[in-house]
Amino acid sequence: MEFEAVVGMEVHVEINSKSKVFCGCSADFHAGPNTNVCPVCLGMPGVLPVLNVDMVNKSVAVGLALNCAISRWSKLDRKNYFYPDMAKNYQISQYDLPLCQNGWIEIDLDGQTKRIGITRAHIEEDTARNTHTIAGNQSGVDFNRSGVALLEIVTEPDIRSAKEAFAYLTALKQLLQYLDVSDCNMEEGSLRAEANISVRPVGQEQFGTKTEVKNVASFSGVFKAIEFEIARHIKLINSGGKVVQETRGWDADRGITVPQRLKESAHDYRYFPEPDLVPIVVDEAWEQRIRESLPELPAARRSRMGTQYGLSAYDANVITLSQDTANYYERVVAVGADAKKAANWLMGELQALLSAAKQEITDCRVTPADLAALIGLIDSGAINGKMAKDIIAEMFETGKAPQDIVKEQGLSQITDTGAIEDIIRKVLADNPAQVGQFRSGKEQVFGFLVGQVMRATQGKANPALLNDLLRRELSRQEN
Amino acid sequence: MSKITKQDVEYVAGLAQLRLDEAAKERLVREMGDILAYMDQLNELDTSNVEPMMHAMEMTNVFRQDVVKPSLPREEALMNAPVHDGEYFIVPRILEGDAS
Repeated sequence: MEFEAVVGMEVHVEINSKSKVFCGCSADFHAGPNTNVCPVCLGMPGVLPVLNVDMVNKSVAVGLALNCAISRWSKLDRKNYFYPDMAKNYQISQYDLPLCQNGWIEIDLDGQTKRIGITRAHIEEDTARNTHTIAGNQSGVDFNRSGVALLEIVTEPDIRSAKEAFAYLTALKQLLQYLDVSDCNMEEGSLRAEANISVRPVGQEQFGTKTEVKNVASFSGVFKAIEFEIARHIKLINSGGKVVQETRGWDADRGITVPQRLKESAHDYRYFPEPDLVPIVVDEAWEQRIRESLPELPAARRSRMGTQYGLSAYDANVITLSQDTANYYERVVAVGADAKKAANWLMGELQALLSAAKQEITDCRVTPADLAALIGLIDSGAINGKMAKDIIAEMFETGKAPQDIVKEQGLSQITDTGAIEDIIRKVLADNPAQVGQFRSGKEQVFGFLVGQVMRATQGKANPALLNDLLRRELSRQEN
Repeated sequence: MSKITKQDVEYVAGLAQLRLDEAAKERLVREMGDILAYMDQLNELDTSNVEPMMHAMEMTNVFRQDVVKPSLPREEALMNAPVHDGEYFIVPRILEGDAS
């Protein structure tokens, strides 16, 4: 039987407000354990939470970017459960009236786009962090993260494969970074993804029994966990078994999902309206203000830059992956560099240097103006491509301007015909055997001779000129 | 319809982590039944023309600005904890995967 997978994702994003969502404690949860806590986020009785307006603004911005309807009237609810990471035994969240609903996001699948429906995005608070390193049969709890603003984004069951889930997370993360609402660091838990997975025979309308996969710390982990679950479901069904609805954790070391022990009643959260917080009313004017403050979003920027600079779809995609890279690129072109060459140097040499040094483009010592100047030096024939690669490495290292490096190291390209001809004559005299081979029709020896001349000039010869002169000299000597 | 059984009381008590003796359970079967009977009585009213009330308060949009305020000194935060180690609240070991 042919099966198809049905996947829905729940993503929790820590919003980068400076203070927590319901109290004034710093949201920096990397501080020493239990130093950014107060009676509100410790769940003391009698305290009064007050909603951080920055969270509302950023949540609405995300909602609009996800093409959601923004609720004119929404409220907060209590989700009740007992767990040591939640001191007051309920989490403030949104139940039946979330702030953002019914949106969509476009994902890219090898050049094809697909729309993934967004069911809702709602406000909630993060929980404390447990450490299991405390000796003996004990855990330590750090409440710094308790009460940090969290936005939960839920998709429709529109995802059909692990690859689509990966593309969704990539697109969502890119959008959130463009909006500058979260650092989206999955390893540090500021973006956490869970997947609801089921399979059904192709053509069947009704969903199969789903499992939920949690504890995944990377996008590739999500990809592997979903692939694993889909295969597990199909194998179970094909062997006459049944999928059990349960929550499973991803064990990255073993590459498998394992059932998590959960009490049967754990999902009976007995939601009720949070009496300590008043409803949120986002009127049209407020929504409009936020809409007008939105930056150019990834899809729009991709298409504009593609058209404006004549970039291929692939190049436009890579350059707009991050806003910082796109900004850098536009600055390089703005000071006069050729758009295609700027794209090649940025995605090629410079990206390789950044990756090797594990640096972000924002920390890069090669300024956009200097990269443009380097491209200009090649265009004018002052240096060749090979020299430029050495120069950009030096620029990356020292932050020096390319003109200065050229001057300091005497790197100017040799364009003096006479000088190159002298070297050619010497190389040909030194390599009579190869010259003979070339004469007898071995064309590939030409490359060897070019290499010898280039070496003798320490790579400074203009390659096109060298080629011409070498051909001319070989045929001249023959006659 | 509003019959409350002892199982219902035990289930709700379990969710709330309450330990009840038999006498308390019987009393709660009765009291919770009474409350639900009262709800049934309210349900007899025609509310088709009444706007649903979503929240007890009429106020809306009470916010704070995103400004960091001083937190508690750690000694004070930990002061009332049954067990702490000077940095963390110490609780019985939490099993991986129990989180909601």
